Amino acid sequence: MEQLNQAIIDLLSGNEIFTANTLDIYWEGLVNTVHLVFVSLLIGILLAVPLAILRGSRFAIIKWPIWCYTYVFRATPLLIQLYLAYYGFAFVPGVRDTWIWFFVEEPIYPALFAFTLNTAAYTTEIFHGAIKSTPRGEVEAARAYGMSRALTIRRIVLPSAFRRALPAYGNEVIFMLHASAIASVVTIMDLTGAAYYVYARFYAPFTAFIFVALLYMVLSFGIQAIFRGLERWLLAHLRPAG
Amino acid sequence: MAQATRLRFIPTLAASLVVLVATLPNAALASGEQVRIAIDVPYEPFVYRTPSGQLEGFEIDLGNELCKRAQLDCSWVEQGWDGIIPGLLSRKYDAILSSMAITAERKQQVLFSDPYYNTPSVWIALRGTQVDLDDKASLKGKTVGVQRGTIRDVYITEYYGDVMQVRRYGSSQEVANDLKAGRLDFAFEDYPIAHDAFDFQSSDAPFEQFGPDISTPTSIFGEGAAIAFRPRDEALAEKFNQALEEVNADGTFKALMERYFDYDLSVNAED
Repeated sequence: MEQLNQAIIDLLSGNEIFTANTLDIYWEGLVNTVHLVFVSLLIGILLAVPLAILRGSRFAIIKWPIWCYTYVFRATPLLIQLYLAYYGFAFVPGVRDTWIWFFVEEPIYPALFAFTLNTAAYTTEIFHGAIKSTPRGEVEAARAYGMSRALTIRRIVLPSAFRRALPAYGNEVIFMLHASAIASVVTIMDLTGAAYYVYARFYAPFTAFIFVALLYMVLSFGIQAIFRGLERWLLAHLRPAG
Repeated sequence: MAQATRLRFIPTLAASLVVLVATLPNAALASGEQVRIAIDVPYEPFVYRTPSGQLEGFEIDLGNELCKRAQLDCSWVEQGWDGIIPGLLSRKYDAILSSMAITAERKQQVLFSDPYYNTPSVWIALRGTQVDLDDKASLKGKTVGVQRGTIRDVYITEYYGDVMQVRRYGSSQEVANDLKAGRLDFAFEDYPIAHDAFDFQSSDAPFEQFGPDISTPTSIFGEGAAIAFRPRDEALAEKFNQALEEVNADGTFKALMERYFDYDLSVNAED
């Protein structure tokens, strides 16, 4: 153990890149990335659940606007959405004198706006697909028991749809983590922004980007572990008996 | 049926291959030595694109003139600033002529020619901004925009990183945009770039230069902008140095400079 420690100290002593200063920048990047991804996923899922239910509505006036929204946000690159949110709003005449400016001035809010709407669009479609594939028999049985439509959705449709959507949603979470790498183009010091900074400062692309790739991997593994745990727990009835 | 469907693609495939081959750079065509020069576009008035898509600007003209004198067959490669040195080292091009300041850190990676121009950096702010650059307390919470990885990024980070909020952008144009949009309190830019983007010398411009020209410490700002080469390409650097000396001696440099600037940015200028 002592040998290992000494080896690590020797390894780090010869480098000019991983000083306390740059590690601090990476740490700031990690905090910003996690913050950004977590908040947009949280708001995104809160938006997506009602939207997914309404997306299956019989009424065209409810169904089609939601379809349009998910279609537009899934059909355009997230980078473009981010640029529009960041640069687009700022140049609307007169916006600087309204309360909206508070949200446009800091780069974090336009980024959250774009990321949230983007993940909400994908999540809506994932949940909508899961709701649509609810076996008819389950719904009919619930109706036969005298449950109202709302109660059927709450007790029967949503719980089983959540379970079916879980693996796909886990992927969406990881995609979102990776997609958040573009936040640095609007000056947010996220993980990729930190790597860019170290890279531009020391002209060491390999060191800067491999280190940040490892950090992203650790985050991804963490997310995967959480979702595997959730699946074991919620999809226990699908596991082979014994 | 499936067979027929598949075969229908073959002419298309062949056609696209022909196009691909035809557009590849053809090494056998040129007579002189081929040199690919990287430049970060846009950096007005040093380099910019005309509406018809042509590259133009002071550095394009200067580079073409130098190549002509050194009898080199030069072509321009567009490359973002972030990756411009690694791209040189990985042989994507042979030289960088893109307002790169000579600094000690860069010298460890690349070989520099003699400097061809030297300009200070300037603070830009809304006209009438009331702070004192020497009094750090008055700068607390202010935002300043710089282009990432430039000497100005290094300077701001080192001297003001602890009090001001530093926003780093991919290009100098984005810095100017965000200052104009009102997201930044300050921009810290290269003099000619700021001059063009904000027109701060005219008295009715909304933005003005804030504080004096900044060109020290030399350890950060270097001794001027130079052409960068791979360390082993000493012969090539020598050719460019010779051509630079010629254009300086016979007044061509001055003529080129006056076409784009109404102030002196030559290395020996008294400012």
